[in-house]
Amino acid sequence: MSEPLLSVEDLHVRFNTEGGVVHAVDGVSFDLARGEILAVVGESGCGKSVTAQTIMGLTRTTNAEHEGSVRFRDRELLTAPNSELRKVRGAEIAMIFQDPMTSLNPVHRIGDQIVEQILAHEELPEPEARKRAVELLDRVGIPQARERMRSYPHEFSGGMRQRVMIAMALSCGPEVLIADEPTTALDVTIQAQILERIRELRETEDAGVILVTHDLGVVADIADRILVMYAGRIVEQGTLDEIFYDPQHPYTWGLLGSITRIDRERPERLPAIAGLPPSLADRPEGCHFRPRCPHEFDKCPEKPPLEPRGGAAGHCDRCWLSPEEKRAKRMVQGQIGLGSKGAVA
Amino acid sequence: MARFIVRRIVHMLLVLWAISVLVFLIFNVVPGGGTEGQVLRIAGRNANEVTREQVKKDYGFDQPMYVQYYEMMKKTLNGELISYSDQRNVRDEIVKGIPATASLVIGAGIIWLTVGVLFGVLSALYAGKFVDRFLTGLAMIGISMPVFWLGLVALYYLTYKIELFPPGGYVPLKEDPVDWAYHLMLPWMVLSVLFIGFYSRLLRTNVLDVENEDYVRTARAKGLSERQTLSRHTLRNAMIPIITLFGLDFGATFGGGAILTESIFGLQGVGQYTAESIGALDVPPIMGVVLYGAFFIVLLNTIVDILYAYLDPRIRLEA
Repeated sequence: MSEPLLSVEDLHVRFNTEGGVVHAVDGVSFDLARGEILAVVGESGCGKSVTAQTIMGLTRTTNAEHEGSVRFRDRELLTAPNSELRKVRGAEIAMIFQDPMTSLNPVHRIGDQIVEQILAHEELPEPEARKRAVELLDRVGIPQARERMRSYPHEFSGGMRQRVMIAMALSCGPEVLIADEPTTALDVTIQAQILERIRELRETEDAGVILVTHDLGVVADIADRILVMYAGRIVEQGTLDEIFYDPQHPYTWGLLGSITRIDRERPERLPAIAGLPPSLADRPEGCHFRPRCPHEFDKCPEKPPLEPRGGAAGHCDRCWLSPEEKRAKRMVQGQIGLGSKGAVA
Repeated sequence: MARFIVRRIVHMLLVLWAISVLVFLIFNVVPGGGTEGQVLRIAGRNANEVTREQVKKDYGFDQPMYVQYYEMMKKTLNGELISYSDQRNVRDEIVKGIPATASLVIGAGIIWLTVGVLFGVLSALYAGKFVDRFLTGLAMIGISMPVFWLGLVALYYLTYKIELFPPGGYVPLKEDPVDWAYHLMLPWMVLSVLFIGFYSRLLRTNVLDVENEDYVRTARAKGLSERQTLSRHTLRNAMIPIITLFGLDFGATFGGGAILTESIFGLQGVGQYTAESIGALDVPPIMGVVLYGAFFIVLLNTIVDILYAYLDPRIRLEA
C-alpha cells in the first residue's frame, strides 16, 4: 500500500467530567488510503464519534486531553494550532454529521451556508461561489437548485438537508470525508441515496471516506475495510469479507448475530447482545467486553493486544480465544452469533 | 411576510383597545361609589360644586357606561384630559416630558445593550475562568442594587461629596448638547446597571447553550474561524431573546417606567410626571400616562415580533 492519506496512531482522548475521567478513545490506530471507505462500527458510546471528531479537532474543549498522533499527509493535526486546523477543516477534510435536522443553522439560507464555506477557503468572487453552490446542490440531487438556494433549512426534509450537508462537504473538493452516522436519522430509501452519493465521491474525487455507523447493513453495502470499536478501543479490524465471513472477536459475532435478515427464518426473539457497554469512566480490567461475553475464561482479565491471530496480516483482533475455539464458538444455530451467557454456563 | 406584518398590526390595535377598556373599568367602575364616586375621582376631593357638575356632564357620568367609555376615550385621544387639581392639560404635560424621558432611555438603552452584550459574550467565552467569575459577581451586584438606593448613593458621593456631576435636572439637547450629556451621565449609568446585569447573565446562558448546538459544530467543521463562528452562528442565534427583552424594557421605560431614576435626578420626564400624579392621587393624568405607557409597550412588542420573524425565519411559517 502506498503512503496513507490519513494516519491515526495510538490516539487517546480523555474528558475530565464530574463523574471522573472519561477515557473515550483508548489507543486507537488506523490508516486511511485514497479511495478507501473505512467503516467504524460499534454500539452507541463506544468512542466512534469522538474518534471521528478528534481527527478534525472538534473535540478541543477545555476539559479534553489528547494524546497520540493524527497525521494528514505530512501534517500533524492533533497538535496543530486552531488557525492551521481551520484551513484543513472543510477544505481538505470535510465532515457530515448524524442529525441533518440540527446540523444546519436555522436562521441562514441554505445557499449562504454553502457559500460561506467556499469563501472561507478560497479567494473567489461571491457570484462564482454561488454558482458553484448551485452546481453542488444540483449534483447531490436537489431539484430546482437555483431557487432552493434561497430556502431555509426548515423548508427542507431530513433527506434533503443531509444532501445539503453533503453538498457542503463536497464544496471544496476534500480528500477525506468523515461521515458520522450520516444515515441514522433518515428513512431507508433516503439512506440508499445518501450512500450512493458517498460512493460517488470516492469514485470521482478519489477521496478517502471514514464512515462511522452502527448499521452493519450500511457497512456491508459500501465499506472496504472495517474497524469494530468497543468501549474506546478497536477490538477487531479487517476487510469487509474478513469481518463478515471470518469474525474473530465475540463482540463482532454479537453485532453480526443481531442483524435481522429477511432471507432467514424469523427468530422468536431478535437476538441482541445482553447488557450495556461499560461506562467509559469506569471500564473493567483487561478485555472490556468480558462482563457481557458468554465465552469469558481465566485469561480475560488480562488486556489482550490487538494483533493478527491466524488469518491475514491485516486482520487483527483483541480476544484471547484460540482460532480453533473461535471457529467453534461463534456458530449459534448454524449462524454467526454470540450465544447467551446462560446457555454456555 | 407582508401578511405577517398586517396581522401583527391588527393584533396590536386589538390589544390597545382591550387595554383602554381595562383602564376605563379600573379607574371608573371597579372602585364603586356610584356616579358620585366617579365624579370625585376625576374632579378630585377638593373640587367645588361647579366643577363637579361640569365633570359629571363632560364625562357623561349620568349616562350609560358605554357613553362614559366613549366620552373618556374621546377626551383622551383629543388631548382634552385635564387635571382638575392644577388645571393642566394631561397631553401637554406628557409631551413636555418626552424629550427628557427619550434622552434618558435612548442613552441608557444604548449603554445597557452594548455593555450587557459585551459582558455576556466575555463571560461565555471565558466560562468558568476569572473573567467570567468577575463579571458574574459584577452582574449579581448590579442586579441586587435597587435603583432608588443606587441613585441616591451616586448622588451623595458623586455630586455632593466630590461634585463630579450636577445634582440633577434636565438641560434640553438643543440648548446645550454638552450640558445635556453632562446632566444625563449619572442617570444613564444608574438606569443601565440593573439591565446590564440581567442582559449579561441571559446572554451568557444563551451563548453557552447555542455553543452546544450541532450547527455551531458544523460551522467549525466548515473551517470558519472562531470569530466567524461566534458572530455568524452563535451570537446570531443567542441574541434573539435579548432583542425581545430589549424591546420590552425599552418600551416600558420609554412609556414612563423609569419612575425612580427620573424622580431621583429630577429629570421632569414622563416617569416623574407619573410619580407626581400618583402621589397626588390625580386620576386623569394617571389614566393618561397608563394609556401612553401601554401604547409604547404594545408598539415595541409589535416591532419586536416583526423583527423576530426577520431574525428567525421559522416564525414566519407559524404566523
